[in-house]
Amino acid sequence: MAYLSTDKVEHHFHDVVIIGAGGAGLRCALQLAEKGHRVAVVSKVLPTRSHTVAAQGGMNAALGNVSSDHWHWHMYDTIKGSDYLGDQDAIEYMCRAAPQLVRELEHQGVPFSRLDDGKIYQRPFGGQSREFGEGGQASRTCAAADRTGHAILHTMYQQNLKAGTHFYEEFFALDLITDENGCQGVMAWDIANGEYHLFQAKAVILATGGAGRIFKTTTNAHICTGDGGALTLDAGLPIEDMEFFQFHPTGIAYVGPLITEAVRGEGGYLENAEGERFMQRYAPTAKDLASRDVVSRAIAVEIKEGRGCGPNKDYVLLKLDHLGADLILEKLPNIHELALRFSGVDCTKEPIPVQPTAHYTMGGVPTNRFGEVVYTQSGDTDVVMPGLYAVGEGACVSVHGANRLGGNSLLEIIVFGRACGNQVMKRLKEHRYHPKLNPDCWQDGVARVDRWLDEHNQNGSCEPIAVLRDEMQSIMQTHFSVYRTDEVMSEGVEKIEDLASRMSKLIIEDKNKVFNTELIEALELENLMALARVTAAGALARKESRGAHARDDYPERDDEEWMKHTLGSILDNKVTLDYKKVRTRPMTVESFPPKKRVY
Amino acid sequence: MTAMIQIEIYRYNPEQNAEPYMQAFEVPIEKTGMKLLDALNYIKWNLDGTLTYRRSCGEGVCGSDGMNINGVNGLACITAIDGLKQPIKVRPLPSMEVIRDLVVDTTHFFDQYRQIKPWLQSKTPTPEHERLQTPEERAELDGAYECVMCGCCTTSCPSWWWNGDRFMGPAVLLQAGRWIKDSRDEATGERLDQLEDAFKLYRCHQIMNCMEACPKDLNPTAAINHIKRTLLNRKS
Repeated sequence: MAYLSTDKVEHHFHDVVIIGAGGAGLRCALQLAEKGHRVAVVSKVLPTRSHTVAAQGGMNAALGNVSSDHWHWHMYDTIKGSDYLGDQDAIEYMCRAAPQLVRELEHQGVPFSRLDDGKIYQRPFGGQSREFGEGGQASRTCAAADRTGHAILHTMYQQNLKAGTHFYEEFFALDLITDENGCQGVMAWDIANGEYHLFQAKAVILATGGAGRIFKTTTNAHICTGDGGALTLDAGLPIEDMEFFQFHPTGIAYVGPLITEAVRGEGGYLENAEGERFMQRYAPTAKDLASRDVVSRAIAVEIKEGRGCGPNKDYVLLKLDHLGADLILEKLPNIHELALRFSGVDCTKEPIPVQPTAHYTMGGVPTNRFGEVVYTQSGDTDVVMPGLYAVGEGACVSVHGANRLGGNSLLEIIVFGRACGNQVMKRLKEHRYHPKLNPDCWQDGVARVDRWLDEHNQNGSCEPIAVLRDEMQSIMQTHFSVYRTDEVMSEGVEKIEDLASRMSKLIIEDKNKVFNTELIEALELENLMALARVTAAGALARKESRGAHARDDYPERDDEEWMKHTLGSILDNKVTLDYKKVRTRPMTVESFPPKKRVY
Repeated sequence: MTAMIQIEIYRYNPEQNAEPYMQAFEVPIEKTGMKLLDALNYIKWNLDGTLTYRRSCGEGVCGSDGMNINGVNGLACITAIDGLKQPIKVRPLPSMEVIRDLVVDTTHFFDQYRQIKPWLQSKTPTPEHERLQTPEERAELDGAYECVMCGCCTTSCPSWWWNGDRFMGPAVLLQAGRWIKDSRDEATGERLDQLEDAFKLYRCHQIMNCMEACPKDLNPTAAINHIKRTLLNRKS
């Protein structure tokens, strides 16, 4: 076995290696481990620390427990919510699978809240309708109080303990091992022991989550650094639709923690400084339960026009005290705790100050609806990269298009985690043995760490990584926010490119091997920087307003020119853009053609 | 002049230090409502890049940053600087092996979690739809399922300090209790059999440090008492 040209890298052999232990990675691992495959989950944090844990409001499925519902209506809402950039085959697949998979989660032990008849509790969420927008608000979001992500992540972890999944905890993925036959594995760094590992596998699955930390104020955890997207770019492959970044309407002002849309689903609403319930002007029918991009833009306009609250007039108020303390403590206990801790507000008595806050990465590693990573070659936009898969927020299937509906992210991770597992099984039937790798294939991964730990690599300068990261986050926040213009973004692209060129001059103080978290932050900054570059370039290039990408200078959606996905790559250290068509043909039903989006 | 916070932090780097030591830092108060994690981040990003601790969500739901703060275990990200006596003394969670600075080895803790089989066990065929559960039955799980597995309670428990190799500790027993209480679980008997042991369960002497320590205001002591009472009722 031992044929690598080094003895400092431990070589592991698994059927499947999954990078990331959030909901998508663990659901995929479960599908495979239950069938007896040898599955390794490689995660930079302990599994229950993954960011799925912070999801609050719930998971969409047309169960019809509260109001009449059908997966086809859910599909319509999702396509409309995506501003017609979502791929309709994948959306149909997801919405059809949803009821069965929510019930499966229940069977696995998720402590869903209950209705009086004992069925799973469902609440209304933004952008949900019955009868294709004609039948009023739907109640489609299955919830475990306002801790649904926590409940699902812990259940997935428990099920994987039962299934015997191999966990490599606190291992950081450094480099994908690819050759002419596709992806063969991944190089990783054992954070606690400071050692190198090569995980060889017949299938490698990226389940690395979002990249919210490219922005300064975000609801995302510190760990959301887009690692899978960066590994993909580094392998010479493109990533998709990164300019579509969701700003959640209700992050706690100035600090970031999320206040779930469930607050508005349960009957809360937004007020400006004049005490006006302003959403009825922007969305006469859905009001506060319009789609997230619509509500975030409305708040931005209120603030811009001087109707914001507080000394700086830069936030609005989320009022929910009229719901009563009983309902709040039963259905929204976590919100009550967060508001108290992070803005000192008792939300049973006072409104919560909120601002649009960077929240969700709609873009990511391009895949088909089986989770296989795809790229473009000689005009074919769906060429499969053998052995490489991506699921969850880090992937772009694309079911969210230009704007994700609340409650569809927990759904996506479960649906496509499972679908990907099933697709991987087909590959495992055809690939029974691990092929021999290039004995030098470990080198790029090791070089990535050595560059930072090398005592002599001083380069004459000593800029700390925290300063550069802070600059990057500020640039993204200022130049690529809720409203965008050519002028502001051009300047942003220039600044980001300039910043990226300073990366090689950075150093870290900590040269130790054991649990070197400064090293991890440096590696994460490399990943973030790559994604920020692609995000900035994609945003500047797209001359229209669609979903989360709203431009003052191009205020309308342009289906003729721009109903297409962006594919951004970094080749020879230059960002290059390409495009591919939206898949408008569903699996079995009629296509939903684009029309004007009104809530 | 910006007001400054005095912090003393436990430092231990196995590659450099034979012994751990306390190091003092001064951190400016940057905003109202500042949390201890903000202060640690300030140190790491401005004063000393080698300071080592775990953190992720920053809002008290992932359980990464459990540590001992002025003698009491808690999560740094939701512990306000206001109200902490200065100099704030920050140490790793007690009784776990220190890997570096504030980072401890949680392997044994999670291994004990695995031992109680923390997954729904049922022998009856799964129904076509969800298993039904009344809101009252579901309410039984409140106060247990919210646990973030940070280890603050378990590492505050003297019984676990002394007998942690065999005593399950409060966090894991709280989870054991959750599955015993869950109306959908059909392995209550086996779960109780497994716990009926002088060490696994009965090393809890109601010291109640766990309840004091829990950053999520859960009450493991009550859960342990519930298990003990259920065992007693089973005998009579």
